Parts: sequence; C-alpha cells; structure tokens
Amino acid sequence: MHALLQSLLARRPVVTDGAWGTELQKLGLAAGEHPDRWNLSHPGRVEEVAARYVEAGSEVILTNTFRSNRIALGAHAADGDVAALNARGVEISRRAAAGRARVFASVGPSGKMLMAGEVTEEELSAAFTEQCHALADAGADALLIETMADLDETRIAVKAARTTGLPVIASMVFDSGKEKDRTMMGATPEQVAAALTEAGADVIGANCGLGIEGYVPVCTRLRRATQLPLWIKPNAGMPEMVDGRITYRTTPEQFASGARELRNAGADFIGGCCGTTPAFLRAVASALRGES
Amino acid sequence: MSMIQTLYDAILNGNAKAAKEITQTSLAAGGNPQSLVDDTMIPAMNEVGRRYEANEYFVPELLIAARAMKASLELIRPLLTARGAEPVGRVVIGTVQGDLHDIGKNLVGAMLEGAGFEVIDLGVDVSPEKFIAAAKDRNARLVALSALLTTTMHSMKAVLEKLREAGIRDNVKVMIGGAPVTQKYADEIGADGYSSNANAAVALARKLMAA
Repeated sequence: MHALLQSLLARRPVVTDGAWGTELQKLGLAAGEHPDRWNLSHPGRVEEVAARYVEAGSEVILTNTFRSNRIALGAHAADGDVAALNARGVEISRRAAAGRARVFASVGPSGKMLMAGEVTEEELSAAFTEQCHALADAGADALLIETMADLDETRIAVKAARTTGLPVIASMVFDSGKEKDRTMMGATPEQVAAALTEAGADVIGANCGLGIEGYVPVCTRLRRATQLPLWIKPNAGMPEMVDGRITYRTTPEQFASGARELRNAGADFIGGCCGTTPAFLRAVASALRGES
Repeated sequence: MSMIQTLYDAILNGNAKAAKEITQTSLAAGGNPQSLVDDTMIPAMNEVGRRYEANEYFVPELLIAARAMKASLELIRPLLTARGAEPVGRVVIGTVQGDLHDIGKNLVGAMLEGAGFEVIDLGVDVSPEKFIAAAKDRNARLVALSALLTTTMHSMKAVLEKLREAGIRDNVKVMIGGAPVTQKYADEIGADGYSSNANAAVALARKLMAA
C-alpha cells in the first residue's frame, strides 16, 4: 500500500469532503455555467468551498476538476484548457488545505458511451492520461476517479491514472436495478470489486446516485469482495423539487448516523456527494471521532 | 425454428449482423416488410423493454438490441417509404442548453428509432431557438428534451415558453426526462409527459402520438 494511504488509514475511517457544485452555486455559480471554469475566473470562491470543508473536519478534500478532461469539456475546450483547469484546481485545494488536509484530485467520467461507439478506448485513455498527469504535476496527493457508470471506462481511467505513480481511488455509481445495487451498465458490487482490483486501483468505492441508507448494503458487499480499502460518498438522499427548488431531505444528523453504519460495514473513507454541505461533514467528523 | 423466430431472437439478443442477414433473406423470399416490423420486430423490442423493466436487461442489452433493430429497419424503411408508409412519428430530440450530457438522450433516441420513429438528433447544449426551428422545419410532432443537471433542467421551461411564443405549442407534444427530472416538474412547466427511462420513453412517445 502507498505510504500516504497507510498513514491516513492508521486512524480509519478517514473523513473526506462533501458536495462542491451546490456550494459553488451558493457563491453565485449560475445554472448551466461550467463549475471547473471558476478555477480560472473565481479562484477565491472555489478556495472558500475547499476551506469550509477543511474547517468542518475533512482530512481529505477534492479538487474542482471533475469535468476537466478533454472529452467532457467538449466543444467548450480551448488549447491549454485541460492543463490550466487541472493545475489551478490542485493549487486552489492545496492552498485551502494548508497542510491540514490531503488533496485528492477529482476525475469524472467522459460523458460518452464506449459501447455505443461515441468514443474509442484510445480516446478515453488519452484524455484520462492527459488529465491525470496535469493533476499529478500540480501536486495532487492522490487521484480519485469518481461517479463512474461504466466499468470498462473506469478500468481505462484507472490504468491511465496509475502511470502517474500516485495512489488511485476508483468509485462508481450504484443506482440501477430493482435493489439499486447495480451500476447503470448492470455491474454488481462483486463484479466492480473484482474488475477494479485487477485493474490496479488502490482503493475502491461508491458515490452519488443513492442516499446513505442505500450505500450500507453496497459497502457490505464490496467489503466481502475485496481486501482493498473502501471509499464511500452517498448523496444527502435523493433530490426533490419543492416550490421549483432542488431540495435534499436528509439532515446532517441522519447522515452522521448513517456514516457510523458505513464505518461498521467496512468503509475506510467516508464523505458525502450531492446535497451534502460542510455541516454534514462536521456532523460526520464528530460522530466518527467522538467514538474513537 | 422459423425465420421469424430467429429475427425475433436476433433483436432480443442484440445480434445486428444476424438481424440484418435474416431480414435480407426474408425480404428476398417475398416477406412483407410491414408485417416483419409489426409482427416480429416491434414485439421483440417490446420484450427487450419488458426485460429492462424487470431488471433482467441493463443498458448494454438495451443498446445492442436497439442497434440490431436499427440494422434491420434500415433495410426495411426504404421499402415502406416506397409504399407510401409514414414513419410512426418524427421526433426532435436534444439535451437542453448548458448541458453537455448525451448518454440518456442517445439511449432514448436509439430506442425511439428501434420503435420505428424518425429521430432528428440536435445533440447537446441545444438552445430553445434551435429546438423550435427544427420542430418547424422538419414538421416534427414530438419534441424530446433531456437534462442531467439540476442546474440545467430549467432550460426545459424556456423551450416550452418559446414554443408558445412561436405559436406552435399546440402543434407539438413535448416530453422530458433526465436524472433530476420528475413527473411533478413536467406538470409544473406544462410538458406533455415525463419518462424515467429509455424504455418508458417509447411507450410515452407512442401515447403522445396517438393523443
């Protein structure tokens, strides 16, 4: 195991961070505006989000680089964008962390479907390699491939990330099937664990798509299927429209009690995805630390 | 096993090569193109949809079945057109302004094509003006809007407003879908329908065309 992971996991579970997109919106990010662009246009506000999580007790924070791969940037990408958005993203999070938290750089999906022929394996590999190296060069502590729906794409991303020599976390969305225990493409936790262990991921995980109660059974099954550390980031429940506004029903207290269940189910890194805020992470940190 | 059964199986199993070959053989032997579609291919896609709803099939199976259907339809459609048969319907589809996600939209498009619709795909980040122009120019009776982000779904409302302003709201039916979208939201903005997945979208499209 990488020394960094070892030292973090000496005090497991490790508290990670919460959602960024919704926090950026509170600071003025407009609907439809590309959040990663703020790394260049509003670095101070991005840093504020990162800093709020550090203050809340996050030991690992992410970067505002989820969509900064060449394919996801799509028609909006100009030359040099990938390098700049990723480098600034890492710099901003490092500044906010100020040595108090580790910076795991976020790499999201391409948004294209491999099996439909919308993108080739070579294109995916090139795009992920480019982004991962930009993040590594800027000083990320680890690379987090997250919110993935397709196991094949995830495998390609893990292989690309591994060429940097940094620890690699690979996290998929489980939101499909009758029991909500499959990825969009139908993979089970067991299949995901086996494939990503084989692809060389250092940590395997699940994020987005479900609330915290939905990820307890998924975590239990991942735990049985792999020896690797587990990374779990559930949503604050499912979004609902209330008076034309997106609302998440789960409270920080409910989320924190779910975090204890996740820890008992074998999760090593625990944080939140869509709808979670610094208040959620503060509650999680106090629930998990309060007991240890 | 009869020819018909194997075309049914070819679509059900997503074997595009077999579907194409069997269609060719069947047409060469004087098979009726319309009854191939109605009696074999559409029932096969209905079974694909049933399996998807029952969680026996997932997105990959759905996609390859839709492709097999398409491969077969490409041979049949010119024959139907020559006989003066119209497609089931013409639908303009796209991901709304500000949103670059096209997986869901492409899936719905593929399933609609599989069901015999003519699909005009405008791509991603489509402005309301573009939707309106395409619906007008191509004389489409159905407009399908997709959004993955809570931050972009409000663009759907803008499309409906522009349709009203352009005076063609009554000429088209509007269906919407995507992760954050709900029936409640569809009702709120005055869309004609919502579906939660690509299979349900086909049933909805048929229903809206019949209305």
